[in-house]
Amino acid sequence: MRPPALTDERRRDASHASRQSGPAGEGTLSRRRRRIRTWVTIVTFILPALVLFCLLVLAPILLAMYASVFKWNGFGILPQNFVGLDNFTRMFQDEIFLGDLWRGLVLVILSLVVQLPLALGVALLLNQPMRGRAVYRLLFFAPYVISEVIAAVLFTMVFSEERGLANRVLDFVGLDALQSTWLSDPSTVMYTLFIVMTWKYFGFHMIIYLAGRQSIPNEVIEAAAIDGANNRQIFRHVTLPLLGPTIRISIFLSVIGAIQLFDLVWVLTGGGPVHASETMAVTMFEYGFKRYQVGYASAISVVMFILSLVFALGYQRWVMSRDTQGAITNMRDQR
Amino acid sequence: MSAHARRKGRTAGDRFRGVAMQITVLMIAAFVLVPILYGVLGGFKDNQQLSTNPFGLPDPWVPSNYTDVIFSGSFWRQVFNSTFIALMTTFIVVFLSALAAYIFARFAFKGREFLFMLFATGLMFPFAVAILPLFILLRALGLLDNPFGVILPQAAFGLPLTIIILRQFFRTVPAELEEAAILDGCSAFGFFWRILLPMARPAVATVSVLAIVTSWNNFMLPLVVFNDPNWWTLPVGVQQFSGEYASDTARILAFVILAMIPALAFYALAERQLIGGLATGATKG
Repeated sequence: MRPPALTDERRRDASHASRQSGPAGEGTLSRRRRRIRTWVTIVTFILPALVLFCLLVLAPILLAMYASVFKWNGFGILPQNFVGLDNFTRMFQDEIFLGDLWRGLVLVILSLVVQLPLALGVALLLNQPMRGRAVYRLLFFAPYVISEVIAAVLFTMVFSEERGLANRVLDFVGLDALQSTWLSDPSTVMYTLFIVMTWKYFGFHMIIYLAGRQSIPNEVIEAAAIDGANNRQIFRHVTLPLLGPTIRISIFLSVIGAIQLFDLVWVLTGGGPVHASETMAVTMFEYGFKRYQVGYASAISVVMFILSLVFALGYQRWVMSRDTQGAITNMRDQR
Repeated sequence: MSAHARRKGRTAGDRFRGVAMQITVLMIAAFVLVPILYGVLGGFKDNQQLSTNPFGLPDPWVPSNYTDVIFSGSFWRQVFNSTFIALMTTFIVVFLSALAAYIFARFAFKGREFLFMLFATGLMFPFAVAILPLFILLRALGLLDNPFGVILPQAAFGLPLTIIILRQFFRTVPAELEEAAILDGCSAFGFFWRILLPMARPAVATVSVLAIVTSWNNFMLPLVVFNDPNWWTLPVGVQQFSGEYASDTARILAFVILAMIPALAFYALAERQLIGGLATGATKG
């Protein structure tokens, strides 16, 4: 679809050039000069962005891949001590790293089972006529704009043992039995972390769902209602399938977010107690910046990169492919 | 008649559902608001009050936690650093992206799709993956403890999304406009600067707001780049402060609440661009 449009533009360009110049010979000359000028424009406009991108995005990623096959304490510019795939074999015997993978999976599953349905429910609620819904929408999204660090410090206080809000509330409503040491207990720390993640991110997913819901024409829903479908049937057979693309995007963002999760964990628990809440990014940071095992840390970041890349490509190929097709046909319809 | 009865039943049911909806939403609102309110009120208490009187209003009100922070130079220094870094990042990323997006949107040339794909794959590079080599690179370039050590990498990582959004917008500008401008003797840059950018103001606003928020909340990069407290941004400052005064809960609450205000104020101002931008960013990314 695109290439013909391009040649069209180019042809228009060309005819426009020859229209300007008189005799044929002069036309080719000025056309050549024009073409050179066009190339100069292209290069000067793209080059700054390209240089910045190559130097500070691509080069670091390549450097990480290179460093991942060395034993290196991070001094100097390039590593010397080549160790082959040792870092990777070490990683898959490292219980902390394997635990990171497991904990990432736990967070993803918790998000899918708790956070996303909550966000979807709230979005559908706020899509109904209701008093104050603009205020609610504004409020629920607000935690998203607060930095993870600030949220983490606030919740460290909320979940602190003696003065924290959580235990006080449980005390007050008579549920003392549920009181906990929250962040300093290995068996509760992941759930506590997940509560904070939900607080910070469900509003973001809600906004995505709201946008998705608003792109469904109300006529479709009304038609189903006229045909006698009840609310649950409408939700199950009309709204939910039409929200499919939106839900898939929100799942995608949750998984990618879980793979990279760092700030929140670093400030809330530092990965502790005894690695019980550590994520891949925290392990990488710990080895790279605290223990000067830069080769090993690079290997971890390479695995993070491969995981997100494989997931992103696979997900787009197998799960979202229908949606992109839909998106393109929609775009064409709009034109 | 039966229809009438059914309608009546439905309104009663509707009223019940309406109340149930309000209660559900209020509970969620409480979940979002209570931690923040706890912070705001907690900042006005002293630590003893926090233990004995966790929910109630402060008695007496202790403003010193807040005033101590407000009258300390370091808080304002951090606000300034965060602002400066966010604005510079935004300016660089938006300007460079706009230049490139203009070419991607309006010029046909060999290798265009490849170059565009190269930028677009940047969306898949998580910041955390690059942080170690980036640190080594910045150290080699002498950019540690230098604001540009944070600004330039942030701008570089912001390029993919900004280019994608801007290119999409530039494509909607009719080609006739450009032809007319060129005929009138406008150079390519002249057209870009004087016609295209002003026309693209809504899209530029969207990507700018996204860049500002991303930069404002960035933590990992300033954490490793800035050793010197004079350059700390708010997130780094908040983290260090909470470590330094670990036992002084009330003071930390006051600091956290004050540090939250700029982001929330900005959100109140730019809510539409932010939400619109995230929605397009999510669907296009």
